[in-house]
Amino acid sequence: MNRLVALLARETALAWGRGGGPMVAVAFYAGVATFLPLAIGPEPTRLAAIAPGAAWVALALASLLSLERLFERDYEDGALDQLVLSPAPLELTCLIKCLGQWMANGAPLALAAPVAAIGLGADPASAPLTLACALLGGLAFAFLGGIGAALSLGARRGGLLTAVIVLPLFVPPIIFGGGALDAFAAGLPWTGGFALLGAYALATVAVGPIAMAAACRNALS
Amino acid sequence: MIRTLTIEDAALRRGGRLLFEGVSLTLQAGQACALTGPNGSGKTSLLRAVAGLVRLEGGAIGFGDVDPHDARGGGLHFVTHADGLKPARTAAEELAFWSRWCGGSEATAQAAAEALELVPLLRLEVRRLSAGQRRRLTMARLLAAPRGLWLLDEPLSPLDARWRETFGSLMRRHLAEGGLILAAVHDPLPIPTLSLELPA
Amino acid sequence: MSWAPAFLSNPERFMAFSRWAAPLFGLIAVGLGVWGLWLGFNVPDDYQQGQTVRIMFIHVPAAWICMFIYVCLAVASFLSLIFRHALADAAAQAAAPLGAAFTFLALVTGALWGRPMWGAYWVWDARLTSVLVLFLIYLAYIALRASLDDETKASRAAAILALVGAINLPIIKYSVEWWNTLHQGASVFRADGPTLAPVFLWPLLIMGVAYLAAFGSLWLVRIRGEVWKRRAEAAAMRTARG
Repeated sequence: MNRLVALLARETALAWGRGGGPMVAVAFYAGVATFLPLAIGPEPTRLAAIAPGAAWVALALASLLSLERLFERDYEDGALDQLVLSPAPLELTCLIKCLGQWMANGAPLALAAPVAAIGLGADPASAPLTLACALLGGLAFAFLGGIGAALSLGARRGGLLTAVIVLPLFVPPIIFGGGALDAFAAGLPWTGGFALLGAYALATVAVGPIAMAAACRNALS
Repeated sequence: MIRTLTIEDAALRRGGRLLFEGVSLTLQAGQACALTGPNGSGKTSLLRAVAGLVRLEGGAIGFGDVDPHDARGGGLHFVTHADGLKPARTAAEELAFWSRWCGGSEATAQAAAEALELVPLLRLEVRRLSAGQRRRLTMARLLAAPRGLWLLDEPLSPLDARWRETFGSLMRRHLAEGGLILAAVHDPLPIPTLSLELPA
Repeated sequence: MSWAPAFLSNPERFMAFSRWAAPLFGLIAVGLGVWGLWLGFNVPDDYQQGQTVRIMFIHVPAAWICMFIYVCLAVASFLSLIFRHALADAAAQAAAPLGAAFTFLALVTGALWGRPMWGAYWVWDARLTSVLVLFLIYLAYIALRASLDDETKASRAAAILALVGAINLPIIKYSVEWWNTLHQGASVFRADGPTLAPVFLWPLLIMGVAYLAAFGSLWLVRIRGEVWKRRAEAAAMRTARG
């Protein structure tokens, strides 16, 4: 247990520093959110209609960008070998790595999500739900992205490949979270979508590490 | 604790190419073996196979009465030039993490740092260390968390004469305590060893 | 592996079996295809859709088969991952481009059918959207396989992805349907609803079997090609070693 706590601290610190850390992800997020009014036009009604969805999609993309090198560095510098040669099951190690990623990158992005949504014209009352969806969705994105990052270890053009692998898997959380936000904006019951998003996020936490560990073992062999 | 390492009739294939076959070795407590052979003959791959990172094409690897799963999950150390140290972290952070990850404590990490004269370097970031200093930082794991079998890939290459000597005495002590060493080397080790040569 | 059909797990027997089975399936596919299309082009015009109903006989079986191919891909991947079975891996590798091709056919014919039906080439109908996501998963599988140089690693990584996709596909399908009920958009014409008249149903079923046979034939041919390629590579490696 002791060593897993140490690993979580290390992974969070590394994710915080990796490629500029959360600041870069948040800056990317802000950039995409700025592009939308530039592309669509500044009319408030039009923007407000797409604001929650746009903030949500931009969040998925920003999480993806920070994920691509989740395993790559450890794979190249030999740390992954050492992480495997341990009494801790590799599945648990992968889970901890994704959790660290989520704490260092997912959580700051989630804090930025309501700001982006309100900036685009969403109702400020939706901010708590946007934050909650972004936290849960970020968990699902981190674990799905971890699968893609582990599978594309050692590949040519790893980053782009990770995105191609992961984007189809992002469909359910995008739909559930977007549905909850959309329903809230329209004054409809939103708990259904939110509950589905939560269930999906927990399922990825439970199942994702199995695929990640298998992919890591394969990449090392 | 691993007391025996047996490699029986091992064959290994990488990317469709057969690296070696019919390789056998028995290593008992207190023995070291120097693994030699030209570049590309599969020395590193054999070490990785013993560590369970690579599957053999044929043959078997055993650890005496220790279950292979337990042997690989905490019974052996594997040291290569790919040391897993992160350039932006300080030597102290990396030493503390890896010795804890390998099952050591803060006290053993401190003792290892003293034995390897790492104390003055601990506040530096890893990217400021020379290759030899990095290797000493890696070797601190071997002392901080005692494990029976050491798998070493070119352990001496980045070290200068003085540190080669010191590492030799560390290896002797490990063997005297009943440890095992399997090392892939180009230059002979400063200790008496069995030898296993992989053909080209 | 003992429970797996011996004639499929043994490469020699597989080659002997597929040698006559592949052309036979091909003949069945052509025969049934011609028959089904002939029947299909002679059905009366639909009172609602007129002539365009005939696209159904090409589109709907393609949509059926692309899901079926994914099941084949997932089962082959599972066998290759668990039993490290080379033939199962060749089968998975051979199935993916076929699946992508049939999925692409379903998407294109769906779009062509949508133009007269919905007035647009593409509407975000639940069914079309899940087929589109399936297409993306096939592309991801093919891209992953192509980007890893070590063939053993590529096949295992691809197999893991195929299984992850297999777990996700039902969830994706459910989520897309949930999404569709949330956003009541274009009126959705249910082509294969239970109300389909027998005069339409028969050609559709015949075409379905024809597609199945076509896939079977092409799959066997591609697996054979893969086996030959690997044998040639192994022989070349032996020669190179001297």
